Amino acid sequence: MAESIRVENVTKEFTLRYHRTFKQVTVALARGRQLSDTFPAVDDVSFTVSQGESIGLMGLNGSGKSTLLKMINGVMRPDHGTVRTRGRIAGLIATGAGFHPQLSGKENIMLNAAILGMSENEIARKYDAIVDFAEIPTKFLQTEVGHYSSGQSARLGFAVAIHVDSEIFLADEVLAVGDKPFKKKCLERMEQVRDSGRTLFYVSHAGGSVKRMCNRVLILEQGRLIFDGDVKEGIKVLKYDDERPEDEEHFDSDEELGADI
Amino acid sequence: MTDSLQAGADTGTTVEPAYDLGEDRPWEDPAPSRGLLEVFRRRYLLKLLVRREISARYSGSFLGLIWSYINPLSQFFIYFAIIGVIFQLHDSIPNFPIHIFSAIIIVHFFTETFNAGTRSIVRNKAIVKKMAVPAEMFPVASMLVSLYHVFPQLVILLVAVLFMGWTPTLSGVLAVAIALTIIMTLGTAMALFFSAANVLFRDFASFVNILTNFVRFGVPMIYSYTMVGDRFGRFADYYVLNPIADAVMLMQHAFWIGTLTEQELSFDDKGQAVDRLPDHLFTLGFTMIGVSLVILVLAQYVFSKLEKQIPERI
Repeated sequence: MAESIRVENVTKEFTLRYHRTFKQVTVALARGRQLSDTFPAVDDVSFTVSQGESIGLMGLNGSGKSTLLKMINGVMRPDHGTVRTRGRIAGLIATGAGFHPQLSGKENIMLNAAILGMSENEIARKYDAIVDFAEIPTKFLQTEVGHYSSGQSARLGFAVAIHVDSEIFLADEVLAVGDKPFKKKCLERMEQVRDSGRTLFYVSHAGGSVKRMCNRVLILEQGRLIFDGDVKEGIKVLKYDDERPEDEEHFDSDEELGADI
Repeated sequence: MTDSLQAGADTGTTVEPAYDLGEDRPWEDPAPSRGLLEVFRRRYLLKLLVRREISARYSGSFLGLIWSYINPLSQFFIYFAIIGVIFQLHDSIPNFPIHIFSAIIIVHFFTETFNAGTRSIVRNKAIVKKMAVPAEMFPVASMLVSLYHVFPQLVILLVAVLFMGWTPTLSGVLAVAIALTIIMTLGTAMALFFSAANVLFRDFASFVNILTNFVRFGVPMIYSYTMVGDRFGRFADYYVLNPIADAVMLMQHAFWIGTLTEQELSFDDKGQAVDRLPDHLFTLGFTMIGVSLVILVLAQYVFSKLEKQIPERI
């Protein structure tokens, strides 16, 4: 299979600023204190992903998963190294970002879809499917999103994001919202995405769902890639495997679907 | 994220057929920096952002779009009352209301673009932080929203000058086009530069507020170009190097000059010969379009340098 993501020696540094205002900076300078410090959020990470692979990206909070994902997504640029991708990228990252509370559901669907890179035709074509998936009553679509329940607006964002055609599908903060039937539906949808031969990049803390979704695991620790390989071994490395016995029957229980990130 | 990559078929709730990239698909940088070109490539998103701003600006308000008329009109009456009546400029500037109002339109357009544009990226941080959207989109959208609000004001002005016996001319139309082009280009350039700077330090938004005050008084709005020549002599040659002042005078050429009588055009109220507007106004106008374009290119250059820091600093 052809390669679809190539990450070479990527480093991203963040700057910690201890003093922000003019007053603080002057005082700190006068006392000879350090004004800022940098730390690598992602540190010299390299890997390649072939088309159709489904990768689970794991690691503790603050290990650099989201930063890495943002660089693959093109939101951030690496300080060193290169990220190259082949094919369109989409996914469940910050679903519903940019929703404007004063616009109607319909207007927000269109705007959000355009932000995610859909063309006018594509939006027109998929509009009904998005509405169906979100399960939002038609009468609500003409009212302001500000009046929706948080679950409704989250579902709307999710529905838009999942309908973007792409060769690379990134999933972050997935399934943190929505009720149980909706979560289940989303997961099934993601499995369809995986089975359709698209490259899947899935960030999760839930060992069970990574086991079910992915065939390869990358583990980050303090920005460094410490493991790249088999799913079961990876979960052992992370010591996530003693969570609970592997049991497909319990897959859709809340711990497994759990809130990611 | 190019449209040409789409799988095509209607997907409904089922997932598209398997993709095969093949070996010949090019590698792409997921964060390309094509600058303003990328904004034009994603015109549809730009259109939706502009529409969102327009409908959201006055949503929940009863008068709605009418505020777009009230705002410049109130400014107009303030200047008219204070400068015209109290300072008695009615006498030395014939058809003073038209003189002011044609200037207000340009000044208002520029300051709105500059102010709203400077804040635009910070205001859209939910999007900028998480999604790969060219950040230039937001200052450009601010400019277009301000441009949209220019038209109701132009309508008011047109009605007023038609009552005063003004007839449209080709050179007038050209002058308006040049004036708007100057402000669109220069406004976008300033908005672009300061929107990025404002992400790094919010101080820039306050600084821009002060700058816009200078703009108001740096153009022949509440005083006339004639006075600049009278009071400052040769300084008037430098005065016309301000692109915003030239845009204002082009608007006055289009609307104000046409309402003056032959007598008023060439002589002041004491019977002395005057120049109402500078010579070679059109040459100046075209030059200033060029100057604004150069500033825009510079602003884009600086923006591209700062852009990398935007998602992490916002």
